[in-house]
Parts: sequence; structure tokens; C-alpha cells
Amino acid sequence: MRLLNRSAGRLSRHRRGKVAGLVLLLLGLVLSGSLYAALSPATAENTDTTAAEVEKGRELFLVGCAFCHGENGEGVSTLNGNQIGPSLVGVGAAAVDFQVGTGRMPMSQPGAQAPRKDVVYNQEEIDQLAAFVASLGPGPAIPTEADYSTADLTEEEREAAIVRGGQIFLTNCTACHNFDGSGGAMPRGGYAPTIRGVDAKHIYEAMLTGPQQMPNFANGNITPEMKRDVIAYLEATEEQPSYGGFGLGALGPVSEGMFAWLLGIGSLVGFAIWIAAHTTRSKKEKVEA
Amino acid sequence: MSAHDPNLPAQAEQEPIADPGLEPHQWRPTDVDPKAEKRAERQVAALFGLSALSAIGFVVAYFAIDGGTENPTRFGYLGAQNIALGVLLGLALLLIGIGIIQWARKLMGDQEIVEMRHPAASSEEDREATLAALAQGLEESGIGRRPLVRNSLLGAVGMLALPSVVLLRDLGKIDIPALARTIWAPGMRLVRDVVGTPIKASDLEVGDLVNGLPEALFPTPENGYPAEEAHGSKLQVNKSKTAIVIVRMEPDEIIPGPGREDWSVDGILCYSKICTHVGCPISLYERTTHHLLCPCHQSTFDLGDSARVVFGPAARPLPQLPLDVDEEGYLIARSDFTEPVGPSYWERG
Repeated sequence: MRLLNRSAGRLSRHRRGKVAGLVLLLLGLVLSGSLYAALSPATAENTDTTAAEVEKGRELFLVGCAFCHGENGEGVSTLNGNQIGPSLVGVGAAAVDFQVGTGRMPMSQPGAQAPRKDVVYNQEEIDQLAAFVASLGPGPAIPTEADYSTADLTEEEREAAIVRGGQIFLTNCTACHNFDGSGGAMPRGGYAPTIRGVDAKHIYEAMLTGPQQMPNFANGNITPEMKRDVIAYLEATEEQPSYGGFGLGALGPVSEGMFAWLLGIGSLVGFAIWIAAHTTRSKKEKVEA
Repeated sequence: MSAHDPNLPAQAEQEPIADPGLEPHQWRPTDVDPKAEKRAERQVAALFGLSALSAIGFVVAYFAIDGGTENPTRFGYLGAQNIALGVLLGLALLLIGIGIIQWARKLMGDQEIVEMRHPAASSEEDREATLAALAQGLEESGIGRRPLVRNSLLGAVGMLALPSVVLLRDLGKIDIPALARTIWAPGMRLVRDVVGTPIKASDLEVGDLVNGLPEALFPTPENGYPAEEAHGSKLQVNKSKTAIVIVRMEPDEIIPGPGREDWSVDGILCYSKICTHVGCPISLYERTTHHLLCPCHQSTFDLGDSARVVFGPAARPLPQLPLDVDEEGYLIARSDFTEPVGPSYWERG
């Protein structure tokens, strides 16, 4: 090495050790090689998958969704103008991931409410359906874990997020979903479902896309950071022990009154009947003193 | 009705079926066995004693278990102190009740008793004497004979109502014009409730719902609004009058009211959030029907049709706030509400 570098005189390279140049060269070769190996085929594979996913999604869509939403997701209307299924152009992948991922779609029957039920498709199929619907028109994409996860917040940031999220939740969500997130009644037989125990991803997607009757809280309305704050608040309420006793669904006088009337008064009546029905009697006569 | 005189004793009647009388009384073990009686006595005393212990336990639990706001002691997912207090107080009351019932069932007399019925009215003489005394009193007071005294008394009692009516005035002067206006002013920005950020018209999507307030309630040196309108009771009053809901729908789904054709911006509409029935804040919004439902009494407003009342007890549509955008693209109010917000009042007509 010293022979090779004689002409270089006192260049700084001398002080880095004898094999530094070689190592650097090797490292550069390995890095560019592996980067190429990692990136370029992967991109090719990705585009392949997307095209294939859309096609597979279209096949699934034609079987499971087209009856109500139309063969191209354009929506189907009845003669008197009622919708059998709304147009899916522009609802985006997030809407599909929410609706199918929570089992709301495919609906088992038309009605006032699309209830949450067992999920019919697996995640791969849901992704394919989402890719197909996303190809119909631009719409919100499926949020990534970085959007809704509160795991990487510091303790202080989390506290601040919970406070902010609580205020946003109480302003925008409690009207329908109850201050505790346990849901509530809506007009014409519908209801706002409980959001306790719902995946953070699905809560995020619901705000983003406004499923069924729910209004949107798109990113221009409630910023992604505020959405994550709401999720942090909801996670905090679920971890919050109920110091005051059983919450009974946080439905206030409805469930508490039911409890008092049915269980409280009911057990008193039962006790009274038991008292009246059971009195031990003796066969002996009383001996007057 | 029987033809017999009801005052005659019952034995005089010939009954078709003989009165079977009462079965011989069956005694309880505690009546015939002194040991059982002692045992029952001890049981009752033990129940009362346990009740007293529970009451003492309540006091102990109150002081011994940490029930504070900072990380109180827990029993599973529930507060330990709350459970202990509830259970012990419940036991203290319940054990007294059970003890009394045990006492009554085991020890108090339980022989069947026959009690004859008697007429409930007083005797004829008492009733006559009372009426006579009343008539004599009326006669002596001369209330029938002296209309001057009677009428002046009635007048004096009637006049007593006046002071209380006049005192009602002290409840405060009603500022009728103030009910009809809010701090919304031309050019004032609409901001999001709680966070106070202005709303860009282009940021809203069809189906969006924003709960909003006027920017004047979030005063900063930059926007230059006076701080006193957003402080203390004034803040509460202003909040209750200026709260709004902003929704965006497809422009062709809007049926604009007469003279309101230019009150919306690209399908963005803004209405008072305060129900016109009794003033509850409303934000239960259905994006598909554009209906806004009040949770208090189910008044329903169609926001696509000038907030027309489609159901419920509200008598008026929600006041609409005319919208515009400023040069930066943020939503601003064109003017104050053109009608009073909130519930109706007499002077509104």
C-alpha cells in the first residue's frame, strides 16, 4: 500500500489505514449491487402486483359487489330513484378496506343500517377489491400504520395528544357516538355503532371516508394529526378503569334505570314473595304458661 | 241491596252455607320451643350486629382505601373505595331490614286477628254540633251581612300579588335587540371549534361536517379581535349564540331559499348549530339525506333545503349564515345571521 501511495505524499488518505481505500471500494460495489437487487426488481414486481391485484379485485367485485354497485362500480338505482348501491367511483381504497374489513360489506340485506358482522373476505382479497375500487377514481388510500399508530409517541406527546383528541372527539363525534364512544340511535331505525374496541385503522378510515350516513372528516377538515389524537384519546378511554363502578354502556339513565327497575325492584319483589311463602310451622301445640 | 236493616247484627240472618270459621292456629317452632326462640333472638341480634359492623367498616374503608383522583386503589377495573363504600353501606341497610323481617317472622305474634268493620263517619251528634258551631261563627262574623268588610278583605289579599309581580322585574332587563344579533360580522372567518384554525373552502370534501365558531372567539395579535369578547361569561354567551355547523354537499343537491342563491360556496353551507326549539346544540348529521337531527326532541332539519323542519317540535328553520371566501381562499361570513338564532321568544312575533 505504501508503495502505491508514495506519489500521494502526505494526503489525509494515509492516516485512514492501509486497506481503507479497498474496503471503501468493496463497500460501494456491494451497496450498489444490493440496492439494485433490492429496489429495481421490487418496483417491477409492485407494478405487476398492482395490475394483477386490480384484475383479481375486479373478478371478486363482479361476483360479490356488482349486483348492487354495478359492474363498473357506477351504482344501481331503482326506477323511483332510490339507490340499491351507491356509486363507488372516487370512494378510494380506504372506504373498501373499512367496509369490507369490518364485515359491513357485502351487506346481508338492504336496510337502515349496515351492521358490523363477520368479515367475509381475507385481507389479501380485501386489498385486491380495494385496488380495483381505487382504480375507478381517485380517493383516499388505505392509511399506513404511521398515520394512526400512537406507539412512537413519547409519554409527554401522548398526554398532549389525549387532551387534544378528547376535545376534538367531544366536539365532533359525541353527538352520535356518545361521550364514551358506545354509539347511539339515529333516525329511521339507524344507529351510530360503538367505536370501543374498534381497530385504530378502521377508526381512521371511518373519519376519512364517512361510511354510510356518517359525515366525512377528511384531511382538510380534521388533519391527520388530529385524527391520530382522537385515536390516542379513544385508546386512553379504553385503558381507563371505571373507578365509579360499572359503566353499563355509558348510556346514562336508560341502562341505569333499567338496572334499578328490573334487577333492583325485581329482586325486592322476589324477596317479598319468598318471605310470604316460607314460614316454618310446628306440629306441636303451644303450652300456655 | 239486602232488604234487611244493615244495622241489625249479622247473626240474625239465616246464611245458606254455615260459616266455616278459622282453622286452628299452627304454631311456629319458636312459639313452642324455648330453645328455638332463643336461637332466633340470637340470629336477629347477630344481623343487627353485622349491620353495625358494616357501618363501622364503611368509615374504615372511607379513610383506609385511597380513593383520590391520582391513581386510586383499584379492584379489577373498578375503584376499590367506591365498591367498598357501596357494598358496606348496602349491607348495613340490608342487614337491618333482614333482621327486622327475621324478628317479625320468628318472634313477633303471628296469630290471625279478626277486626270488625265500623262505619267511618263521625256520629250524628258530632256532625250536627260541628255544623252548628260553623254556622254560628259565620253568623257572628257577619261576612254575609257586611259586604264592605268582605270585599275590602278580598281586595287586600288580591293586592298582595302585585309586589311579587313587580319584584320579578329585578331578574334583569331583557335586551331584545341583543337577542337578534351575534358577533358574526361581514368578513369574519369561520374557524374550527376547539382548535380555532380557519377553514379553506378547497379543503372540504363532499360529505364533510365541520363544527365551527367565529374567529373572534379565538383572538390573537395577528387577527386583532378584542380579547374581552372571548373571556368569561361573555365567551359562553357568544359561544352559545355563534356556534355553527358547516357542511359540504353536491351543489346540485341544494335547493336554495329565495334570496339565498349566493349564500353557499361550491356546495358549502353554514347554519346556526343552536336548535330553534329549546336551544340544544345539534350536530347529528346524515350526509346521505342532509338531515341534521337534534338529540333533545328529535327536531330534524334538511340542510339542503334552507334547514327546513322536516320532523319534530321546532317551529322555525335553523338560521343560515351567508358565506363567501376571502382572497386567501378561507371561508368568511358575508354578514351576521339575518334572523335571531336559538329558540323563539314572544317579542320575535
